[in-house]
Amino acid sequence: MLDIGITHFLVLSAMLFTLGVFGIFLNRRNVIVILMSIELILLSVTINLVTFSAHLQDLTGQVFSMFILTVAAAEAAIGLAILVAFFRNKSSIAVEDISALKG
Amino acid sequence: MIEAIFFYAFAAVLLLSAAMVISARNPIHSVLFLILAFFNAAGLFVMLGAEFIAMILVIVYVGAVAVLFLFVVMMLDIDFKEMRRGMKQHAPVGALVGGVLLGEFIWMYLQWPEKREGMELAVAHTMPHPMSDITNTHALGRILYTEYVYLFQLAGLILLVAMIGAIVLTLRKRPGVRRQDVSAQVNRKASDVLKIEKITTGTGVS
Repeated sequence: MLDIGITHFLVLSAMLFTLGVFGIFLNRRNVIVILMSIELILLSVTINLVTFSAHLQDLTGQVFSMFILTVAAAEAAIGLAILVAFFRNKSSIAVEDISALKG
Repeated sequence: MIEAIFFYAFAAVLLLSAAMVISARNPIHSVLFLILAFFNAAGLFVMLGAEFIAMILVIVYVGAVAVLFLFVVMMLDIDFKEMRRGMKQHAPVGALVGGVLLGEFIWMYLQWPEKREGMELAVAHTMPHPMSDITNTHALGRILYTEYVYLFQLAGLILLVAMIGAIVLTLRKRPGVRRQDVSAQVNRKASDVLKIEKITTGTGVS
């Protein structure tokens, strides 16, 4: 219990991932909180990569966690821009209002 | 011992703040708890010896992404109370899916073999020893700019596309707004707009 190994970090990352997935279900109507949940999921993936990087003493995992960070930043920027553009058209960001393509 | 104390402190605050992110009533509080979660994750990364990733996490996430979220939450005039309607009925499904997922994860990690027989993992880039002169940042830079240089350029391209996309999506021209046109002001000449006429006494201006 007091000896912190790889399993501790992996279980922590799994719990964070689960919280992110739960957050998507819990806030089905609020796109902003869904985006934040996706950030939590990406953070848990980053923790996983860095954990294995430290465990295997291999830097490749840290390089790839940097790329995950890049993609997460781009995703947040685009997602929020879409949100702002959508809010201007519909004055709402509720998920069920985003149904113009349903036909 | 001290490692365990720090790990459990960081992990507990990280999980608690993540729980607050998804359950806070006010989205502003969600964003602030997200920032707290990122700070604690950065602490965990420092524990793992990945100082550069930890600092990047603080700079990129807290400095850019979280502030972006904060701006958007404050900019949009949304009734967040109305948004929370139906939360209770979605919660059991989410708890079910999350519980199954977590169970699978933990079950998988408990089966994790410490050493696999007949299978040696090929280590591509060894991490520098903590006591050596090469820092984590230095070692990362050495492989990022050599072996992963194309991926690095690709990451820059992704950021460029994201930047242009965000600008194109949010830029709008409002009709009927009078704006200052500096070049028109500078190019305005007295000869174009001013006419001097000699007026002789007794006659008016035609």
